[in-house]
Amino acid sequence: MSPASYVFLAVVLFAIGGVGVLIRRNMIVIFMCVELMLNACNLAFVAFARMHGNLDGQVVAFFVMVVAAAEVVVGLAILMAIYRARKSASVDDANLLKY
Amino acid sequence: MTTLAATGVFRASWLLLAFPVFGAAVLLLGGRRTNRWGHLLGVAMSLASFVYGVIAFFALLGYHGSREVDLHMYSWIPVAGFQVNLGLLLDPLSLCFVLLITGVGSLIIIYSVGYMAHDTDRRRFFGYLNLFIAAMLLLVLSDNYLGLYAGWEGVGLASYLLIGFWQFKPTAAVAAKKAFIANRVGDAGLSLAIMLMFAEFGTVNFTGVFGSVKSGGSGVGLALGLLLLLGACGKSAQVPLQSWLLDAMEGPTPVSALIHAATMVTAGVYLMVRSNPILAQSADARMAVAIVGAVTLLFGAIIACGKDDIKKSLAGSTMSQIGYMMLGAGLGPAGYAFAIAHLLAHGFFKAGLFLGAGSVMHGMDNEVDMRRYGGLRRFLPITFVTFTLAYLAIIGIPPFSGFFTKDPIIDAAWESGGTSGWLLGGAAIIGAGVTAFYMTRMMLMTYFGPRRWEENGVLGGAGAQPASTEPHVPHPHESPGVMTWPMIILAIGSVGAGGFLIVNYRLADFLAPVVGPVPVIHGLWTWPGIIALVLVVLAGGLAWTMYGRVPVPAVAPRGSVFTRAARADLYGDAFNESVLMRPGQWLTRLSVFFDSRGVDGLVNTIAATIGGSSGRLRRIQTGFVRSYALSMLIGAVLLVAGLLVVRL
Repeated sequence: MSPASYVFLAVVLFAIGGVGVLIRRNMIVIFMCVELMLNACNLAFVAFARMHGNLDGQVVAFFVMVVAAAEVVVGLAILMAIYRARKSASVDDANLLKY
Repeated sequence: MTTLAATGVFRASWLLLAFPVFGAAVLLLGGRRTNRWGHLLGVAMSLASFVYGVIAFFALLGYHGSREVDLHMYSWIPVAGFQVNLGLLLDPLSLCFVLLITGVGSLIIIYSVGYMAHDTDRRRFFGYLNLFIAAMLLLVLSDNYLGLYAGWEGVGLASYLLIGFWQFKPTAAVAAKKAFIANRVGDAGLSLAIMLMFAEFGTVNFTGVFGSVKSGGSGVGLALGLLLLLGACGKSAQVPLQSWLLDAMEGPTPVSALIHAATMVTAGVYLMVRSNPILAQSADARMAVAIVGAVTLLFGAIIACGKDDIKKSLAGSTMSQIGYMMLGAGLGPAGYAFAIAHLLAHGFFKAGLFLGAGSVMHGMDNEVDMRRYGGLRRFLPITFVTFTLAYLAIIGIPPFSGFFTKDPIIDAAWESGGTSGWLLGGAAIIGAGVTAFYMTRMMLMTYFGPRRWEENGVLGGAGAQPASTEPHVPHPHESPGVMTWPMIILAIGSVGAGGFLIVNYRLADFLAPVVGPVPVIHGLWTWPGIIALVLVVLAGGLAWTMYGRVPVPAVAPRGSVFTRAARADLYGDAFNESVLMRPGQWLTRLSVFFDSRGVDGLVNTIAATIGGSSGRLRRIQTGFVRSYALSMLIGAVLLVAGLLVVRL
């Protein structure tokens, strides 16, 4: 398989994640979609690293994983707090910050 | 002419100013605790200045050759290229004024002790009077135009405060404001003149300016002369800035005597005579001064004929007499000395007339309407005699003051030659006749004839108490000695001052170092003077047929169109209102309209547009996370697309 196929896969995964963020209401699902987008990026980085024959992309992939792990910790904590306060995990219920 | 540095007794000439300043400061800052002795301090400070003035006068007489002493006090404004030293200039001209201001001023202040005895605010009154004396002395003693200007504004302030002394009367408050505003117009002229001096000559010192003006050309001389004339018109109530003086009679009578007859209103004449080297540069400027004087002397005299208020009639007379002085000042070296002589003599007889009027008002419960007087000579014998002497002096009957001081001005105007000589001299002669008419009218209505107050009562008005509407019968009585003695001394001055100053050319020789010698020497009897004297007698007789032979109605008759015009101040106020005030109000309204509709409208429209559109635009902020995410996505896509387009 050529590395270009992995790039196409990454694009598809990124698109799925993006659409998921836009159309789903459940915070957990949106959160997972965000993770999906991050991992699509990782896949693209690794594929490009392979294509160009150096390790830069792989190093960035590790950094993205670390950031994603930290983000999950904070994000889930916020999610828990919102759920406790509102008894709901729908993003449409948290709409006070508006005009 | 060289100026000597001050030595000997002149080194202390700052005392002249220090005495009244000290008095004013103590009285105005000391508050109620000075109430008991405040008036005595006011009198003492004024007298102290007078005593020093007399000493300085005799010391100056001892100098021969140069009689100008300059006392440098301190550097007032030391800026590179602009040095103003506050100095006092004691020369024959300024000492004449010092003696007039402090001498007549002291007499009037002593008189005020009696006149204001029942006023609860007497201390404040004396504080203001001392402030006035200090400012007036600074005006005449300063050796530069800037110091003169400071004194000029100081007397304006004192005049404002004293006209409005009974400020609870709306008429007095309005009159004070009117005087201040009318003076502002003149002051603008004076300040422009000082700026022009600095721009042209780089100095405002008398010596510096007079030295440079000779080489400055006639254009500068004309501009300076006209600007100074504007200043003089404001302060001296000359046409066209005359309207404030008649209303200024709302102040207490001693104020009218001191400020609005004897001293402050003559400051314009002082300015003209002091600036004689400037006037010497421009014949047109001199002609303008003479025309203003001639017009005003008729204007004031005609107003004085129509007034039934004794003080307003005297105010018209003051305008008219100052017109004579301005006319004299406009005639050049032929008239300067006589203008000053008339000014000094006028200080005596007009102050005497005003104090006499105040004494009558004092005895008549503050009634000022001459139609409610009549037959008062029995009740106020001393006032009657002093008033009569001053009356004979003002109309110019020999050997009283006015004859000696007014005739040389008439004569000099006549001699100035050509058509202008005919017109100016004719105006001066006719003015002398009109003067005799209104003064005789005043004498007859006040002191002769039946007692009109017995059947009609008096209303009261010009005093501290507001005018009553119910007439009551007064008990006229002679004033106390503290009021009559100043009147007696002033009457003696009215009799003798003119002859003393004019005979042997005493004053003219004394003033010659400052204003130059009188070019043509005349005898006492000249044809214009004799014509004027005949006219005076005829006009006096005419007044007797109108007011002495037939009874004076207690209510003013409608009168001819001329009488009505004179009663309305020859429509001076109407002119000001229609030509200046109304257009000013229209301009204000137009500006307000432009501001509220134009400027405000534009700004408000912009604000409303932005506010309205942002109110609609903020609806985009729905609060739904997904829509924000969508907008972020769209933004990111657009960014990437933009980058691709740029790269391609």
